[in-house]
Amino acid sequence: MKARPVDHAEAASKFIQATHHVEFHDKRLWDLRQKRDRESEDIAEWEQLRALASGIKEHTLTHLADYLEQFERNATANGMVVHWARDAAEHNQVVHDILAAQGATVLVKSKSMLTDECEMRLFLEKRGIEVIETDLGERIQQLDDEPPSHIVVPAVHKLRADVAEVFGKTIGTRADNHDVNYLAEAQRQHTRPYYVSPRAAGMTGANFAIAETGSFVVCTNEGNADLSANIPPLHIASIGIEKLIPKVEHLGVFIRMLSRSALGSPITQITSHFRAPRPGTQMHVVLVDNGRSERLGMEDFWTSLKCIRCGACMNTCPVYRRSGGLSYGATYSGPIGVIIDPTFNLRKYSALPYASTMNGSCTSVCPVKINIHEQIYTWRKVIAERRQLPMVKKEAMRVAGRILGSPRLYRAAVQAAAAGLDYLPRFMIYNPFNAWGKQRELPATPASTFRQWYLKNRGNTGNGSSGGGQE
Amino acid sequence: MKVALFIPCYVDAFYPEVGIATLELLERLGCEVDYPLNQTCCGQPMANSGCHDDARATEALFAKNFEGYSYIVTPSGSCCHQVRDHMTAIEQTPQVRAVRANTYELVEFLHDVLDVQEFPWAAFPHKVGLHIGCSTLRALREAKCSEVSEPAFNKPRALLERVAGIEFVKPQRPDECCGFGGTFSVFEEPVSARMGQDKVKDHSDAGAEYIVTPDMSCAMHQQGCARRLGLPLKFIHIAQVLNGARE
Repeated sequence: MKARPVDHAEAASKFIQATHHVEFHDKRLWDLRQKRDRESEDIAEWEQLRALASGIKEHTLTHLADYLEQFERNATANGMVVHWARDAAEHNQVVHDILAAQGATVLVKSKSMLTDECEMRLFLEKRGIEVIETDLGERIQQLDDEPPSHIVVPAVHKLRADVAEVFGKTIGTRADNHDVNYLAEAQRQHTRPYYVSPRAAGMTGANFAIAETGSFVVCTNEGNADLSANIPPLHIASIGIEKLIPKVEHLGVFIRMLSRSALGSPITQITSHFRAPRPGTQMHVVLVDNGRSERLGMEDFWTSLKCIRCGACMNTCPVYRRSGGLSYGATYSGPIGVIIDPTFNLRKYSALPYASTMNGSCTSVCPVKINIHEQIYTWRKVIAERRQLPMVKKEAMRVAGRILGSPRLYRAAVQAAAAGLDYLPRFMIYNPFNAWGKQRELPATPASTFRQWYLKNRGNTGNGSSGGGQE
Repeated sequence: MKVALFIPCYVDAFYPEVGIATLELLERLGCEVDYPLNQTCCGQPMANSGCHDDARATEALFAKNFEGYSYIVTPSGSCCHQVRDHMTAIEQTPQVRAVRANTYELVEFLHDVLDVQEFPWAAFPHKVGLHIGCSTLRALREAKCSEVSEPAFNKPRALLERVAGIEFVKPQRPDECCGFGGTFSVFEEPVSARMGQDKVKDHSDAGAEYIVTPDMSCAMHQQGCARRLGLPLKFIHIAQVLNGARE
């Protein structure tokens, strides 16, 4: 717990200084939000679907052990090999062992936030396994040696010119050619040979794992997950234990909402169901906890496990859109990141719940009705109680609490302000470093406070009898 | 009807005209208004920062000042939200619970409790952008927000539509947060200011002369941004417009 806290405000400041980037980023994600609005408004029962999805997830999470065991039994009966991983280290070791047993040295994989969370790529690369991200956005990020900045659109913070520069340096495109089709095709041509390498294994994540059938479902738009899963003779799927749903009939509820919430499209291009290995091949599932069962035990935060990783909360978040995913310094960014990152490391991520205006838009768009902004509020309480607040903020609140808790001190402060002293803004705008005035004017100081006006104009009516200015 | 008036600290100090308009409007509408003189703040700055220990004295003072009133009215959505939904640092006695349940933001009091149908004294012949703060919008649910699929409703706008001559402009993102966010405005200054700039530009581009709002704290931030950018936008609280301010 000695990690230095991530300084979101500082990182966001750098992001904002690149004016073109922040404008583009904000507009592109807002566009996704608007498309999501149009799609959800076209479905009369949208709000019912949200309630249903939330209910299914809450039921599953409160019976998770049973459904996990049911999934294991059925998946095993289907011919899959099921592994359990308590944490990231176990997950990475399990994956490596499976690959080593097959003699695989190349891993073609589709996007998986879970493997990013486990920092699997680094672990495998150190052990001589070449890992190829095949999702276009994730590949761009891999080639640029950056983590994904968004859970659905990993390179959304990059302009075309940025991608051209990365590809120019890494896969030999012409750096002055910014054409999207040219760049996408170059990446495709560069990646394809890896799928058919004789030493290749394939990896996917999963959007849903179905207990009743022992099968899992992967929703994608690029086809890369299906190539990863279906060409090599070995398919490994890393699945967080919160991905369980009880039955196939529940799937429709989530499939109707996932892509609509994420990208504002009715459904992903491809929805693949994996039930059993093809003849002569192997299919392994790694069920990963990595802090999830501990989170499940947190009274105020366990419903964050309902998340289906659609990213709608990020797209709608006005702070995320203007600070970029990398400013959160964590695998999960935006509103959902703000409420789950502190479960991994409270100190390191102690500033993140403050990277929010608590406007509540995230909660309104969440397809599984996670009360995200209320959890942000509660995290702040936890952070203050566990003494993780920076001294400046802690002291500002102590002073504000003392002044605002006392009519006498409050009036002294307000009147000092009216006399042109600097005292009031300093406590009322909580302004230890005069941050207010960098890009904003202060309000003009009026001739009198409301209270002074009231005493002068209504003071003799007998109203305001409770206290009468005495303390 | 007897009403206790809560004037938030920042209105008391920076926008007394908003407090005066609220008081005069309630009196015009036949309310007998008490203004407990020992009031300070609702405790929101500390509570929203997670510092509930530091909020306790302020919350206790609020509960003491407003105990026994059936209607406590305030011209600030986020303060009302704090009292109603978050004033939990103090012991939840029956008196405290009653204070919390009896606290109303001005617009919902006018719209839901008094059910005011007309403001014959009011006229505001200007192009206005309506800004509803996020607490007012999503916590107090005074209007449909753009993310939720439900029939449209908008209480602040419904009241303003009863004011002669008013004309509403259509910003691109009418209910995106303006970035004030209380202490967010200083501890996350770069993002806060950027959001504020985007907000005032959106209203300005839509042709707004005024931004009218039930949330003066948002307006304080937006006004600061607009002035620095040199935009000619003017800001006015909904209480002032409903009370008959012409400009």
